[in-house]
Amino acid sequence: MKYLTEFRNGEIAQRMAREIASITTRPWKIMEVCGGQTHSIIKNGIDQMLPAEIEMIHGPGCPVCVTPLELIDKALAIAAQPGVIFCSFGDMLRVPGTDMDLFQVKGAGGDVRVVYSPLDSVELAAKNPDKQVVFFGVGFETTAPANAMTVHVAKRRGLKNFSLLVSHVLVPPAIEAIMSSPGNRVQAFLLAGHVCSVMGYWEYPPVAEKFGIPLVVTGFEPLDLLDGIRRAVIQLEAGRHEVENAYERIVTFDGNQAAQKMLSEVFEVTDRAWRGIGVIPKSGWRLSEAYREFDAEERFHITGIHTEESALCRAGDVLRGAIKPAECAAFGKECTPRHPLGATMVSSEGACAAYYNYGRFLSAEELATAGSGLTHA
Amino acid sequence: MCLAIPGKVEEITTEGGLRVGRVNFGGVVKRVCLDYVPEVEVGDYTIVHVGFALSKIDEDEALRTLEVFRQMGVLEEELSEGDVVFAQAAVAPQSACPDGSCSKA
Repeated sequence: MKYLTEFRNGEIAQRMAREIASITTRPWKIMEVCGGQTHSIIKNGIDQMLPAEIEMIHGPGCPVCVTPLELIDKALAIAAQPGVIFCSFGDMLRVPGTDMDLFQVKGAGGDVRVVYSPLDSVELAAKNPDKQVVFFGVGFETTAPANAMTVHVAKRRGLKNFSLLVSHVLVPPAIEAIMSSPGNRVQAFLLAGHVCSVMGYWEYPPVAEKFGIPLVVTGFEPLDLLDGIRRAVIQLEAGRHEVENAYERIVTFDGNQAAQKMLSEVFEVTDRAWRGIGVIPKSGWRLSEAYREFDAEERFHITGIHTEESALCRAGDVLRGAIKPAECAAFGKECTPRHPLGATMVSSEGACAAYYNYGRFLSAEELATAGSGLTHA
Repeated sequence: MCLAIPGKVEEITTEGGLRVGRVNFGGVVKRVCLDYVPEVEVGDYTIVHVGFALSKIDEDEALRTLEVFRQMGVLEEELSEGDVVFAQAAVAPQSACPDGSCSKA
């Protein structure tokens, strides 16, 4: 881990951490929305470089984690059907449904395949006209353009045996839901850099205004994250609440116009349930009228799903930032990456898995007391 | 899931009405849809998510980011496909678990 050592000892990182400490006069709670950023923060120990006043709260931005259990169960039911080729990204394989996961469905004879690009599943549909090919379209705004183009291509090619099981979710309504929830503690957000590479950040000024919170577009590398935190703290200390771009090498205000055009053609905004959180109004995309025939939920009409979450699992509280993973009684005991009770332990971007993998078995308060005693696994 | 990985466009062709590039991610080559980045040409670097290029970036940034992502253990997760992912899931539920600790439980 030469790079990590270089990062921790690095002059720039130390200087940035010192600057953050020197400008911080009060406690601040900052949420990173994106699971990729959570992974990077915990892996690189960025939260431990910050002054004690700054608490990083981990957000719900892991699409694997927030895909509702009912949809996972539907996916499993479709994947188990004969004559179906069920395609997914690899990170959905081990997400627990009520009774099993996709990995086990394959073991039981289901034709489950992991593809690199959703376009690969369209090729599979063209080559297997006697099969129904379904792609599990999970993700935030970063992933949606790929799925939108895939359905667009399937329609253009007149494929009748391709469909998309859609569970797209959106960042701005999630921020609004968190800010509006009783007992919310978050005072600023780091916006997900790659979501903004697609969408730009034109959607966010009204959110910053409405809630009086700084929103900083931030990347994934350790120095990007420190810079995003630094800029959020500067705004918080000055009483400002603006949208700021700390990821200019990738993100523009307007975002990727071609992708946004395709998204608005193929998808329309809909209410979505988030696992562990509940329904958030207008927080997702579904296929628009013109593409509805490619909706796997319409094509397969799966009924009789009775979902049951683990009684021990507190993934919802973790996703809302109400507790740290180690504060859940099942963390590291009944619930481990090998035997996950909830999706936050399955996905490498889930906060519970990140804490487990990097040896964070104590709560935030205990960590603060323990000082720097805990090192990385 | 939401990481976009930088790669170098080595060749551009048209397949089924799509602009498709051969993109090299530090040695791993994938076919990538370039329809959302009409400005990208052969020799350019672009960030790619699940087979779709999302924006152009300069070479120095791309190489540095690629190295950082490699060290963070996320390259494999973003670029793997097919049976190798099942084999990985059988021994360690998380492909991106870089130190193997998630397979010890």
